[in-house]
Amino acid sequence: MGRQAIIQVKDLVAKYGEDTILDNITFDVYEGEIFVILGGSGCGKSTLLKHLIGLIKPYAGRVIVDGDDISNCDDKTFQKLLMRIGILYQSGALFGSMTLSENVGLPIEEYTDLPKQAVDTLVSMKLRLVDLDGYENHLPSEISGGMKKRAGLARAMALNPKILFFDEPSAGLDPITSVELDDLINHLNRSLGTTMVIVTHELESIYKVAHRVIMLDKRTKGIIAEGDAKYLRDHSKNKFVKYFFNRQAEKKRQ
Amino acid sequence: MTEYKKLQSCQYGISDSGEEGVTVHIQGSMDESNATPLINELSAFVKKKHPSSLTVDMEKVTFLNDFGALALVEVKKLMTRGRGVFRLINVNENVEKVLSVLSFDVLGERSAISKSATPGAFVRLGDATLRQASDLKYMISFIGSVCIAMAQVIRHPGSLRTDDTFSYMQKTGVDALPIVGLISFLLGLIMAFMSAVQLEQFGANIYVASLVALAMTRELGPIMTCIIVAGRSGSAFAAEIGTMKVSEEVDALFTMGFEPTRYLVVPKIIASVTMVPLLVLFSDIFAIFGGLVVGVGMLDLTVNSYVAQTIKTLTLFDVFLGFIKGAVFALLIAWVGCLRGFQVRGGAASVGQATTSAVVSSIFLIIMTNSIFSVILRYWG
Repeated sequence: MGRQAIIQVKDLVAKYGEDTILDNITFDVYEGEIFVILGGSGCGKSTLLKHLIGLIKPYAGRVIVDGDDISNCDDKTFQKLLMRIGILYQSGALFGSMTLSENVGLPIEEYTDLPKQAVDTLVSMKLRLVDLDGYENHLPSEISGGMKKRAGLARAMALNPKILFFDEPSAGLDPITSVELDDLINHLNRSLGTTMVIVTHELESIYKVAHRVIMLDKRTKGIIAEGDAKYLRDHSKNKFVKYFFNRQAEKKRQ
Repeated sequence: MTEYKKLQSCQYGISDSGEEGVTVHIQGSMDESNATPLINELSAFVKKKHPSSLTVDMEKVTFLNDFGALALVEVKKLMTRGRGVFRLINVNENVEKVLSVLSFDVLGERSAISKSATPGAFVRLGDATLRQASDLKYMISFIGSVCIAMAQVIRHPGSLRTDDTFSYMQKTGVDALPIVGLISFLLGLIMAFMSAVQLEQFGANIYVASLVALAMTRELGPIMTCIIVAGRSGSAFAAEIGTMKVSEEVDALFTMGFEPTRYLVVPKIIASVTMVPLLVLFSDIFAIFGGLVVGVGMLDLTVNSYVAQTIKTLTLFDVFLGFIKGAVFALLIAWVGCLRGFQVRGGAASVGQATTSAVVSSIFLIIMTNSIFSVILRYWG
């Protein structure tokens, strides 16, 4: 294919105490694609995401993000990597005591030496990009859930990261806001070329944004499907994958 | 011939076309790596030369993102402010697309972030007064709701959440014992030590025991113990209820039909009012022991004489007064801690403010109530 892998996960094993959550996971994420991690509740999606952003070190295996092995790198390298990635948390995770412009401006002020006035202009550009111009002086408590996510996205994109991670972006949003957020993700991916890794189980979102998906399974603790979402829905031979995509209840397995 | 200056991933050159103004030729990638120097250098140029028009030739720009566009916006703003003309020429399709996404045409025309105007002194004074009035109103309604909840629990003792109450008793009382004991012991030690220096001159060493015992049981024991309880438990009550408020747990309780005051406040008040007087008693004992260590170690008093003098000095009323003070202060600590928790609005910062306010208000109320006790006892005691 000739595509460049920007994230490489090799034989990853994740454990909480004695409980194995993920067992021997291996996959690549390619530059510029929208990559979706999906699966039922409790299958380890969020755990995998935490490994990809370095919040948890793997029990075994390697996680290489943009050339740095985050499972085994020094703090300085990891700090530099953090400036090349952005994360949109489920709730937006905006700082409640700061206005939206202060939230978005925080990483720009911290990591660049732009003049204050230029920071303000850049912040307004970022907020315009997520359709929040005019809300610069609002506090997070004064805006809706969907707006919080968009503001969180503007903050995650503040330093133009190479990779954006999304944790359940559609969670808690009404269908229209959810569709709008999906459109925004597609638009940003196309216009900025940012690689996006999304953890979700919202099928509508998956069909709309995903270039490639992997599906995790609670029972095998591994990947049971990988590829194009619509192809998997129509052609997968795995029973659970078929049930999942066709929104049928998972059968109790022995 | 235009001379180019290299900046990380791009280079720029300026050619002067006389009356037609100047043209800036940019080559390469305009991104975060060169945005700051580009802004600084082009701004310095505009401020120094005041060109009537500035044209940016974008023909050889291979990549542009929002940081690159920012450099253009900042120069555009400077030119517009000086009534000069700013234009972009030879913009390729990709760059055009990015500029259109960022709405480059309207950027820089108005202030990027309009700061909301600071209200005048009278408006702020009025706002603060209204806020205080509303706080007072809420405070009074909270007292009412606590009284109703307490009355309900007295009428139906089964409705008290006993598990929670015992848990708070442990947290407020038992867990505070080591720190209350240590501080009281040291306080007794210090008081005995300081008074001994003076009383020794008059041969009145034995009165060190009276001084420590009286001062601790009537005044310092309840005050010190309750200040510690305010710092440990009052703040914890405010933080706990405040966090529940932020995460909508209080709303959930309400909509599930549980009265939040009865569910969250009553166990804390009962636990505090029960345990703090006992803590005060422990505090008295540890302080007297601290005084005894100094009396026996430094003043050549015997253990028997020290204890006998202490018993002789103290009346049952003194101990009872400490008990009552402890109970009243505990009631105030639990009430104000819960009140501040319920007053939380917004997010994490508000929880922090509530916690601080709970401790400060508790200490103020403790000292104020103690003064009232002193006045009452002076005239009626």
